[in-house]
Amino acid sequence: MARLAVSGGIVGFISGRIVRAILTMFVVLLISFVVGRLSGTPFEIMFPDGLTVDHQIALEKKFKLDLPMHEQFKLYVTQIFKGDFGRSLHTGEKVWAMYALRMPATLAVGSLALLVAIIIGLPLGALSALYRKNVGVTGALLLVFLGYAVPHFVIGIGLILLFGYVLQILPTTSLDTWRHFVLPTITLAIPMIAVLARFMRAAMLDAIGQDYVSTATSKGLTDADIAKNHIFRNALVPIISVVGLEIAGLLNGTIFVETVFSLPGVGRILIGAVEQRDYPVLQFGLIAYSLIVVTVNLIVDLLYVVADPRIRLGK
Amino acid sequence: MSHSSPFSGNSSFWKYFQGIKPDRVWVCSVLLLGIVLLGLLAPVITHIEPTTVNLLARSKPPVWYEGGSWYYPLGTDNLGRDMLSRCLYGIRTSFGIATLGLIFSAILGVSIGIIAGLVGGYADELLMFITDVFITIPNLLLLLAGIVLLGTEIWVLIVMIGLIRWEAYARIVRGQVMALRELGFIEASHVLGASRLRIAVAHVLPNLISPLTVILTLSFPSVLLMEAGLSFLGVGVQPPTPSLGRMIGSGRDYLLDAWWMSGMPSIVIVSITLLFQLIGDGLRDKLDVRLDG
Repeated sequence: MARLAVSGGIVGFISGRIVRAILTMFVVLLISFVVGRLSGTPFEIMFPDGLTVDHQIALEKKFKLDLPMHEQFKLYVTQIFKGDFGRSLHTGEKVWAMYALRMPATLAVGSLALLVAIIIGLPLGALSALYRKNVGVTGALLLVFLGYAVPHFVIGIGLILLFGYVLQILPTTSLDTWRHFVLPTITLAIPMIAVLARFMRAAMLDAIGQDYVSTATSKGLTDADIAKNHIFRNALVPIISVVGLEIAGLLNGTIFVETVFSLPGVGRILIGAVEQRDYPVLQFGLIAYSLIVVTVNLIVDLLYVVADPRIRLGK
Repeated sequence: MSHSSPFSGNSSFWKYFQGIKPDRVWVCSVLLLGIVLLGLLAPVITHIEPTTVNLLARSKPPVWYEGGSWYYPLGTDNLGRDMLSRCLYGIRTSFGIATLGLIFSAILGVSIGIIAGLVGGYADELLMFITDVFITIPNLLLLLAGIVLLGTEIWVLIVMIGLIRWEAYARIVRGQVMALRELGFIEASHVLGASRLRIAVAHVLPNLISPLTVILTLSFPSVLLMEAGLSFLGVGVQPPTPSLGRMIGSGRDYLLDAWWMSGMPSIVIVSITLLFQLIGDGLRDKLDVRLDG
């Protein structure tokens, strides 16, 4: 895989990934800064009745908008490192506080869905590769195929109709008890189960064809041993990076799931920010979501090193 | 193997049809073409404008329910607008935006991918870095940022979708070009004095046709769902333009009394994405394309 085409062994690999993560966050900050600057001056929103030219210049001086662009960017980055993400243009609330209040719900549903997707998706993909002729497995795989094509918001609405209105066994809004978590988590997990099962199946089929499997067979190991120790473990290695790549998609998904189930997460802050062109709020979302993905990807890369001795030993 | 049928052997007509195996790709393509035609022929199929409000016929059920009528075969929404007409015009909106966005991103991605693959070196490193960044930043956040900046006009959606999707094509095209370079004929034509542009157009591009067909088919649904998703959230296509995503979103408040308001456009969207997925998968097997660029 291209991701592993590095020299310098384990230290080179890890430091390369860290540099890349930092550079990525730098680009994110740059995009965020550009979004903020290109949105025009905030004064148009703060003073909808218009401003005198003098007043405008005074304000620009006060908020340091008269500095050259690279100076402004430097200022912006220093502010962020001091933890100052600005205030909402509409409510005047600290952006940081707005998110802090609602981030737990998003993270809870997101990580639960990730867990469910891994627990269901990996075995499903593995079984479908080992038992290619089994009807039940093929059927499950077909369902998974549906998960690929159906967007979160349609899955959510379908589940609300089925479990909320027809069967009336599960609540469909907010997050008060554990039962409230069931539908949002499943909705968020289904597309990811589809992706993981599919990649796991491919990775298993790939591993089955390798020489070490023939070797293991000729050594007289049982099928179960080979499947567990040789095929499954080797297939897991490429899957780790798939999980990392899917995190961004999962975070996208939380926005839809929160809208469908009216959850108190950050999704609605983001949509509100877009509707009201409240760009400090959106900037924070961009930075926070990207930081989550970058961090998870970094962890994934470290796991990669642990899982694959070929990298650990610098081969 | 021979499946005995009462007609087999004595009818050349029947034999002719037995010769054609109606495989998955064909069947799905025909069905998909049908959906596209429904969208294109919307003004012929229905005479009710998608925006015509009829407050006397609010939330009418589809024809197969009690109280439904053939005048509104798929029922009406909470403002008494015809669901059939709205779905058909919604297909137009969705396909239009997705197709233009896809073309834009494909042109951008394919050119950049070919350049990176042929030039190599720093251009290639830069591309791979940008690709990495794009994979990392959640797409939806980038789309939202673009909308905050530029508004929700349709051209903004098309451009933003294009700008966000190109890296996927660039990465795969780059991989294909690198693989092609190993085959030697590109080097050969370089030795013969062909310019880089000529090599790209005459030798590389034709060899990219089958992988590109597969990639574009497989990514059409996700492009379509970008628009549908944004519209669902209320920040994509704005009323009065009918949009499938927006219809699903606004029908959410009426799920209990009028499921068809969200349900009908959902069925349309899922049919489209599923058909594309099946066609793309079938094509990949048929053309034997590997996409791990």
